[in-house]
Amino acid sequence: MIEKGKRIFQYIFLTVVSIISVFPLYWMFCAATNKSVDVIRGKLIPGTALLDNLKNLLASQDVAGAMTNSFKYSITLTLISLCICSLAGYGFEIFHDKAKDTVMSILLLAMMVPFAATMIPLFQMFSKAGLLNSTIGFILPTISTPFLIMLFRQSARSFPHDIIEAARIDGLNEFQIFYRMFIPTMRSTYAAAMTITFMNAWNNYLWPKVIMTDDKSITMPMLVANLTEGYVTDYGMLMLGVLLCTIPTIIIFFVLQRSFAEGITGAVK
Amino acid sequence: MSYSNHNIELHTNMNYSHKKFKLKTRQNLFGWVCLIPAVILIAAMSFYPMFKALILSFRTGIGAKMTWAGFNNYIRMFQDNVFIQALKNNFIYLIIQVPIMLVLALILACMLNDRNLRFKGLFRTAIFLPCATSLVSYAIIFRSLFAIDGFINVMLMKLGILKTGYNFLAYPNSARAVIIIALIWRWTGYNMVFYLAGLQNIEYTIYEAAKIDGASPFQSFWKITVPLLKPIILLTAIMSTNGTLQLFDESVNLTNGGPANATITMSHYIYNMSFKYVPNFGYAAAMSYLILVLVAILAFLQMKVGDKRD
Repeated sequence: MIEKGKRIFQYIFLTVVSIISVFPLYWMFCAATNKSVDVIRGKLIPGTALLDNLKNLLASQDVAGAMTNSFKYSITLTLISLCICSLAGYGFEIFHDKAKDTVMSILLLAMMVPFAATMIPLFQMFSKAGLLNSTIGFILPTISTPFLIMLFRQSARSFPHDIIEAARIDGLNEFQIFYRMFIPTMRSTYAAAMTITFMNAWNNYLWPKVIMTDDKSITMPMLVANLTEGYVTDYGMLMLGVLLCTIPTIIIFFVLQRSFAEGITGAVK
Repeated sequence: MSYSNHNIELHTNMNYSHKKFKLKTRQNLFGWVCLIPAVILIAAMSFYPMFKALILSFRTGIGAKMTWAGFNNYIRMFQDNVFIQALKNNFIYLIIQVPIMLVLALILACMLNDRNLRFKGLFRTAIFLPCATSLVSYAIIFRSLFAIDGFINVMLMKLGILKTGYNFLAYPNSARAVIIIALIWRWTGYNMVFYLAGLQNIEYTIYEAAKIDGASPFQSFWKITVPLLKPIILLTAIMSTNGTLQLFDESVNLTNGGPANATITMSHYIYNMSFKYVPNFGYAAAMSYLILVLVAILAFLQMKVGDKRD
């Protein structure tokens, strides 16, 4: 009897938490498809005003431009970051010795450095180098992160040394071993790293706000934030902007969710 | 005869070890080549700017006309009411939000780790979903939900709890509460995934054995789950502390620091000081160094506490 009561409580608790977790996103979706007046009345069913909202949004903001920028910055950053950090994680684990372990622990200190502390000198450096409003300017500070290096280092621990030895005997050079053996076996770690990096890049707000001084270079989060400036809020249009800004990360999330969980599990071991 | 034979053997042996030595060095060299790009980037994009910010924090002035200021920036910081308010706010968020979120995440993870639970994937996906929304997006969603004409007010009025809309974002305490609620909503699932990953490495048989020995679920939670998850709990605690001390997007987009700077965070104030008002990079750098020191101290303390419980 007690067992059964506990089970029921468990289901109720999880259901309530799940509803609270999903509700704001559902509300956003409804608001994006309704007129602002209906949103204010508390309408909770998807409506038919999506196209009107879209027309208003496109008339007031350069959505296509911001979308293109966001994709351009995020994809470039993810690709480069994955290459560099996985190579480093591989190097730290497979060829580890005292010196490399020391280097790693120094790198980990960088995790503690708050972005606010590096933001101003980075801004000065980048504006001197003419990197404001550029993709390189966006990606440079976050290509190499201690977190990703650590994720790949932890996962490389499960990569069997026998395979490496066998590959060496077969005449593969060190880079080929990394490229042909390590990358294919570590697929779930790469998926986790990709999810994290892409989302962080897409969602980054402070850094682009600092260096994207030109309206043509702004990202989706910046565009959405711009929508709230003004006295009267058109909720339908605003939430459509939020929805457009959220769709890419939600898609990535659903596609890579399983491998993301696997990758994290591998790293936490 | 035997002498020359020996000589040949020695020679091939030497040749072999020489070759092996070369191979080892080559591998070691490859190991270093792997690291170089990542190490250079972190050095140039984190450590070097950090050092520059330290120098900057002792200077004052605008643009190229900067002069040395000694400790003036640091003294000014503690006489600046807005900054003190920002510092307090960061700590309010930290002390209230982080424990609630971590405990909730741990409870949820334990519930979802139950083998006999149905719809596990559905619950997990739903609870993790908030992490897929960008910080700016969810800040704006919560701002709209809690606005005076927002959904929460409409519901409260329909239910008869409120007569007129309550402007949550116009009063310091309720505005801070909204930020805290929003933060918990956004990050609980994220931490839960870390705990779930950790729980998967704990053998299920340990729990069964404990159950046979007569341990209550509460006991097995405190005596098995918490100690075995300690490294991950420590990791999430440090990450959350670090994140909370650097809050920016929520302060900007949910409340815009208002009402009258009552909810502003340190990073938000630093941003305003550098890029919104007349830029004062020296003073902003000094404030950012306080965050750096706080992050370091708190991480150190948490690691100490984490170690002690062994």
